[in-house]
Amino acid sequence: MGLENRVVNALPEVLTTRLDWVVNWARKSSLWPATFGLACCAIEMMAITAPRNDVARFGAEAFRASPRQADVMIVAGRVSKKMAPVLRRIYDQMPEPKWVISMGVCASVGGIFDNYAILQGVDKVVPVDVYVPGCPPRPEGLIYAIMKLQEKIQTDSLRNHPDVPMLEEPALVGREA
Amino acid sequence: MAKAPSAEDIAALGERFSEAIRGTREALGEVSAYVDPAFILEVCTFLRDDPRFQFNLLSDLTGVDLGLDQEPRFEVIYHLYSLPLGHRLRLKAQLPSEEPTIDSVTSIWKTANWHERETFDMFGIVFEGHPDLRRILTPDEFQWHPLRKDFPVRGYDDF
Amino acid sequence: MELDQDQLRERSRPGRPPAQRTIYAEDASGIIDINELKERELGSTMTLSMGPQHPSTHGVLRLELELDGEIVISTKPDIGYLHTGMEKLMEAKKYQSNICITDRMDYLNPMGNNLGYVLAVEKLLQLEIPPRAQCIRVLMCELQRIASHLVWIGTHALDVGAMSVFFYAFDEREKILNMFEDVCGGRMTPSYFRVGGMFQDLPAGFDAKVNRFLSEFPSALEAFDTLLTGNRIFRGRLQGVGVLSAEDAISWGITGPSLRGSGVEHDLRRAEPYSGYENYDFDIPTFPEGDVWARYQVRRQEFRESLKIVRQCIEKMPTGPIKADNDKVVLPDRDDMKTHMDALIHHFLIAADGFKVPEGEVYVAIEGSKGELGYYIISDGSERPFRCHVRGPSFVNLSALPDMVKGSLIADVVAVIGSIDIVLGEIDR
Repeated sequence: MGLENRVVNALPEVLTTRLDWVVNWARKSSLWPATFGLACCAIEMMAITAPRNDVARFGAEAFRASPRQADVMIVAGRVSKKMAPVLRRIYDQMPEPKWVISMGVCASVGGIFDNYAILQGVDKVVPVDVYVPGCPPRPEGLIYAIMKLQEKIQTDSLRNHPDVPMLEEPALVGREA
Repeated sequence: MAKAPSAEDIAALGERFSEAIRGTREALGEVSAYVDPAFILEVCTFLRDDPRFQFNLLSDLTGVDLGLDQEPRFEVIYHLYSLPLGHRLRLKAQLPSEEPTIDSVTSIWKTANWHERETFDMFGIVFEGHPDLRRILTPDEFQWHPLRKDFPVRGYDDF
Repeated sequence: MELDQDQLRERSRPGRPPAQRTIYAEDASGIIDINELKERELGSTMTLSMGPQHPSTHGVLRLELELDGEIVISTKPDIGYLHTGMEKLMEAKKYQSNICITDRMDYLNPMGNNLGYVLAVEKLLQLEIPPRAQCIRVLMCELQRIASHLVWIGTHALDVGAMSVFFYAFDEREKILNMFEDVCGGRMTPSYFRVGGMFQDLPAGFDAKVNRFLSEFPSALEAFDTLLTGNRIFRGRLQGVGVLSAEDAISWGITGPSLRGSGVEHDLRRAEPYSGYENYDFDIPTFPEGDVWARYQVRRQEFRESLKIVRQCIEKMPTGPIKADNDKVVLPDRDDMKTHMDALIHHFLIAADGFKVPEGEVYVAIEGSKGELGYYIISDGSERPFRCHVRGPSFVNLSALPDMVKGSLIADVVAVIGSIDIVLGEIDR
């Protein structure tokens, strides 16, 4: 987002902390996960959208097939070395700000598959925000991870994202001194 | 449990292909026939079409690496199943460690296509006459054949 | 409006907006006639890469589709994005450790995968399995088949545009997973089977839970019928799509519901009964059409047949031990370990060193929820398999996809993929 950065630059501190809160609240309450099912965990990931667990209660039920519309990637399952470049490419296509949940032991550290074919942890390819243990984790485990991620987002500050692209000319807040 | 063709039929098969079939073995109710790799197409076509066998379904095709010190080192294993008769038969073709090559059976059973690609990928066994012999499971740039006994479980390249 | 060859070629060039494509389709005769469109030599085709990240490919399957407008000219499935090196890993692990690897192959049918593997090892060991363990195995496999088909019906309907079925199906599936959790603690990857028997006996009150499920589930099946079977749109999407003749299906090595959808009455539970399946009364539904609709009908009936078997299991569940009588292979009971020295020693030896399996080779096939699930194990007499190969039904069934979708519309490709019910974990292994 460009707007808040301009506000941060142009207006005093007080306003930006309030803005932080509002933006974080909006972001955490409407996480759109990318549909990124790989293996067994993907079925449990599907199960969180089902009525029993209903992740819509946490605002994260809108699974998007296109990474362009998603802001959290749930890496659900083992990542093979053939898949790793694809995974990185999909991550790169997601717009900022974006988060990654590494679901299950295979995605986190390779799990029981310590061999030539499996990447020993998805954090070698993309930065991970929340790791979920379990093989596969129960749906409750994944929901807890989403809640943890929401906590993290709520404590975030716009100042922590200096790399978010900003327009050259401040067009909306304008009025340089 | 699985049924095997009768002993007479197996004996008849051995007589019919006295050159091609190097021996048969029965263990745990399963019959294995060792086939000369040069005759694999002939034997398979016969087994599919002969009314005594009617092996119209190729259940499985895979390879085995018998070990680095073994010669012949590789085996290609065919598991045949006959839908009308309910019989199972295992064919084995032994191949040398240098340039293991055997005729493709894709012309007999279409399902052999992916099985042979997988066997090529995992063992480096070349199937001659295969329409599209490429790696199937590992990435294209992968240089090894992972199910060979000299390939370590953790592989070589560190990601 | 008459169009000459050049204009047609121009209109079917890749990158044209879809609105203008429709004119070309209407131009045929007002209705989209696939066969007529196929016959036209339009020259230029477009290659579309579908997957590996795609919601309708059921995992990480990638398809290279060669398209002429909306018509699929050829398909090249590209698999291996989930290649896990399981067969290599199984050579490095002990026999009992490999059970948990089989769980993760076909993760929608882990009980069946467990069963195929332990049957193969038990055949090498020549173990006699007590009747109660066999009955529990059948019960678990049939519940698992229902659970697996529930995921299939949910995702298949989702693929062709009916969303609510998914929610009903997953709700029912949770009931089965709860039962699995009761018996062994695991939901999706139970590892409940052991070489020589089961990990533990059924918990108290388990049959009451199954009976409750048996009484509730038929109404869910009726709901599926209302939502899908009688739904004209759903039928329209499925009928006549992805046709596979019986000869082709056999030549492609297709097994399971997909083969029965082509009119071949073949079921390994009947043809090569294992684990006491010969004692149960059930039918093998077959439908001759060979299209997606026939495969849907087969699985729809299989829900009911599995329910029948589950009911018989509960009715005639034998009493007695759940493990084979063999100290060298089967872990002793926890209670025995605390009171008997020899039980403790056996437990230590099996857990630390594993058990040796006599030299030999076996191929054991069972009827998984997707088709013939075969385990080929070669033992060299040690406690680790020399070679363990898995014949995954999804792997074989998927290989026929290019034949099934040739000449159909691109929207039908997802319907066909849904109908053969693939699981990438089993394909890529």
